[in-house]
Amino acid sequence: MSSSAEKIEDLIGQEYKQGFVTELETETFEPGLDEDVIRRLSKIKNEPEFMLEYRLKAFRHWQKMAEPDWAQLNIDPIDYQAISYYSAPKKKEDKPQSLDEVDPELLETYKKLGIPLDEQERLAGVAVDAVFDSVSVATTFKGKLKEAGVIFCPISEALNDYPELVQQYLGTVVPTGDNFFAALNAAVFTDGSFVYIPKGVRCPMELSTYFRINAANTGQFERTLIIADEDSHVSYLEGCTAPMRDENQLHAAVVELVAMDNAEIKYSTVQNWYPGDKDGVGGIYNFVTKRAECRGVNSKVSWTQVETGSAITWKYPSCVLLGDNSIGEFYSVALTNNFQQADTGTKMIHVGKNTSSNIVSKGISAGKAQNTYRGLVKVAKSADNARNYTQCDSLLVGDACGAHTFPYVEVKQPSAQVEHEATTSKISEDQLFFCQQRGLSAEDAVSMIVNGFCKDVFKELPMEFAVEAQALLGISLEGSVG
Amino acid sequence: MLNINNLHAGVEGKQILKGLNLQINPGEVHAIMGPNGAGKSTLSHVLSGKSGYEITQGSVSYQGRDLLDMEPEDRAREGVFLAFQYPVEIPGVSNIYLLKAALNAIRKHHGLNEVDAMDFLALVKDKVKLLQMDEKFLYRAVNEGFSGGEKKRNEILQAAVLEPKLCILDETDSGLDIDALKIVADGVNSLRSQDRSFLMITHYQRLLDYIKPDFVHVLADGKIVKSGGPELALELEAKGYSWVEGQAA
Repeated sequence: MSSSAEKIEDLIGQEYKQGFVTELETETFEPGLDEDVIRRLSKIKNEPEFMLEYRLKAFRHWQKMAEPDWAQLNIDPIDYQAISYYSAPKKKEDKPQSLDEVDPELLETYKKLGIPLDEQERLAGVAVDAVFDSVSVATTFKGKLKEAGVIFCPISEALNDYPELVQQYLGTVVPTGDNFFAALNAAVFTDGSFVYIPKGVRCPMELSTYFRINAANTGQFERTLIIADEDSHVSYLEGCTAPMRDENQLHAAVVELVAMDNAEIKYSTVQNWYPGDKDGVGGIYNFVTKRAECRGVNSKVSWTQVETGSAITWKYPSCVLLGDNSIGEFYSVALTNNFQQADTGTKMIHVGKNTSSNIVSKGISAGKAQNTYRGLVKVAKSADNARNYTQCDSLLVGDACGAHTFPYVEVKQPSAQVEHEATTSKISEDQLFFCQQRGLSAEDAVSMIVNGFCKDVFKELPMEFAVEAQALLGISLEGSVG
Repeated sequence: MLNINNLHAGVEGKQILKGLNLQINPGEVHAIMGPNGAGKSTLSHVLSGKSGYEITQGSVSYQGRDLLDMEPEDRAREGVFLAFQYPVEIPGVSNIYLLKAALNAIRKHHGLNEVDAMDFLALVKDKVKLLQMDEKFLYRAVNEGFSGGEKKRNEILQAAVLEPKLCILDETDSGLDIDALKIVADGVNSLRSQDRSFLMITHYQRLLDYIKPDFVHVLADGKIVKSGGPELALELEAKGYSWVEGQAA
C-alpha cells in the first residue's frame, strides 16, 4: 500500500495541452533593444508621432531604472538584449480585411485552443480579439459592436483610427515610469486590445482577448486599455497560452482600466501560460501591471483572475478608488505546482468618500511551488467611511510547497473599517482516504477539494469561463497524488 | 461474501491483529465487540484499505477476489462501505456534490451512465427523508459544523445513496444520544436486505438493542475469542470484558 503523501506527490504534473508550436512564416526583429528598434517598431505599425515620443520617453526612463527585487521570487537574470521585441506572422498585404483573409494556419491554431474565429463557429455572445505574438490577427463581431457604439479593436488599430481617444487615456492610469516592467512595456508594446464603451451603453456581449505566444526568444508586451464612459457597463475576459519551450519567455503586459460615473467594468483573466516542466525548466515569466481607476462616482471595477500557468507570476491588479461611493473588487485563484512561483495580490487605494473594496484570494500550492499573497489596502485622509474586507486563504497539497501572506494596511482616515481574515489549510490524508472510500480516485478527490476551496472566486467568472477554469485546475493538479 | 482467514496486521511494527478469522455471508449482520485496543478500528481500516498498515499474514477474500490487493477506491466501487468513526470535514464541497460524484464514480466502474441530475435529486431527497434529515444538509459543506449525531447520520445517508454490498459501521453509536441513535439505527435497519451484509464494530451492547445482529463476536487481543448469537452481547454486558480477556490469555 503506498502512502497518501506519495500519492499527492504523484498527482501533480500532467502535460500542458496547449504546448504545440505553429509553423508560420514570420517577420521577426533580431534580438536586442535600442532607440532604433523602437523607431522601427513604431514605423512598422504606422503609428502617429505622439506614440513614438511616448515610447522613447518611456525607454529613456527605463534605462535609468533597476529591476525590482522585493518580491518573494527566485528569478534567473533576464538578458533584455537577447529578446526579440517584434514577431508577427507574415501577411500578404497590409492586414487582413476580413477573417477570410487570415492565414488558415492561424485559424487552425485558435481552433486547437478552443477559440474558433471562423464566421460559422464563433462563440455565441463573445467577441474575441486574437493576439498572436506581437500582433492582433483577428477580431470577431466588430460590426455588431459598432452598431452599439462600442469600440473593440487591436490597440494598434485604435492608434490609427481613434488617436485622440488613445492619447487622452493611454498612460494616465499606469504612467510610463510607474515601474521597471511598465516602463519597458510602454517603450516596446506591440499590440493588445482597446475598448471604449460610450455613455449609457451596456456592452451587448462579453469581450475577450486571447493571447498566444508562439515564436521563440520573443517577449510578448501587450497593452490593453479599457474605458467605460458614464453609465456604461462591460465584461471583458482574457485567456493566455504558449508553446512548451526550454527557455523562459517574458510576458510584460500593462492593462489600464478607466471607469467614469456609474460605470462598471468586470475584468476576468484565465491565465494558462506554459508553466515550465516538472523540473522547473522553461515557462513564461508573467510580469504584469494591471490597474484600474474608478474615476467617477458610484463606479465599480471587479478583477477576477484564475492563474494556473507561468513559471513565475508577478502581478497585482489594483483599483484606485477616486470617485465617491466607488467599489473595487479582487477575486483571485492562484495555483502553483512543481517549481512554479507566484507573488500576486492587489492594491486597493481608497481616495473618495464611502469607497469600498472586497478582496478574496485563494492560493493553492502543490509540488515544490511557492505561492505568495501580497496586498495593500490604503485609505487616504479624504476617504471618509472607507470599507475594506480581505479574505486570504491558502491550501497546501503535499508537504514540499509553501504559502506566504503579506498584507499591508495603511489607514489615514479614522472612520475607515478594514478587516482581514486569513487561513491556511492542507488537504489531509484523512480527507483523501474518506473520498477514496466513497469511490473517488485520489486525483478526483484533490480536484474536488480544490474546486470547493475556490468556489467563492469561480462564481464571479462568466459561466463559460468558470467551467474552463475548473477543468484547468483539474489538469494543473493531475499527478499531485496517484 | 467476505472471508477473513488468519489475518495478521499491524502498524509501525506493532502487531495488532493476530490471526483473525471471520466469515460473512450475504444478508448477515455481524457485530464485533471488544475492549479498547483489541484491534476493532484496525480491522475496519485494513478492510477498507487505509494506508499505513502492514499485513504480515493471512488473507481476505471478498466476492471471490483478493480484497487486500485492491485500491481503496476500487473496494468502494465494488461495494465495500465504511461508515467512519470520525467522519472528516471537507470545507467548500457540498454534501450533494460529494454524493453525486461518488455515485457516478461507482456507476462508471460498473459501466453505467452518469445519473441524470433530476433523477439524482429525486433519489437523494428520498433518502434524506428516510434519515429524517433536513434537505438543507445536502447543500452544506461535507460535515462542516455538523454535530456528532449529524455526522453519523450523514454517513448512513451516504450508504443509503451508494447502496453498498458490505457495510462496515465503525463505532457508529459513539457520541450519539438515544434519540440520534434511534434515527441512525432506523436508517441502518432500512438498508438491511438479503444481499447486503453488515459488520458492526462497537464497544457497547446498546447499539445492538436497536440493530439486531445475527452473530456476535468478541474481539480481544487481535483475535476473535468467542462467537455466538445476540445473547452473547447481553452476557458480555453483564460480565464485562475481563470475562473474555481471561479466556484469551
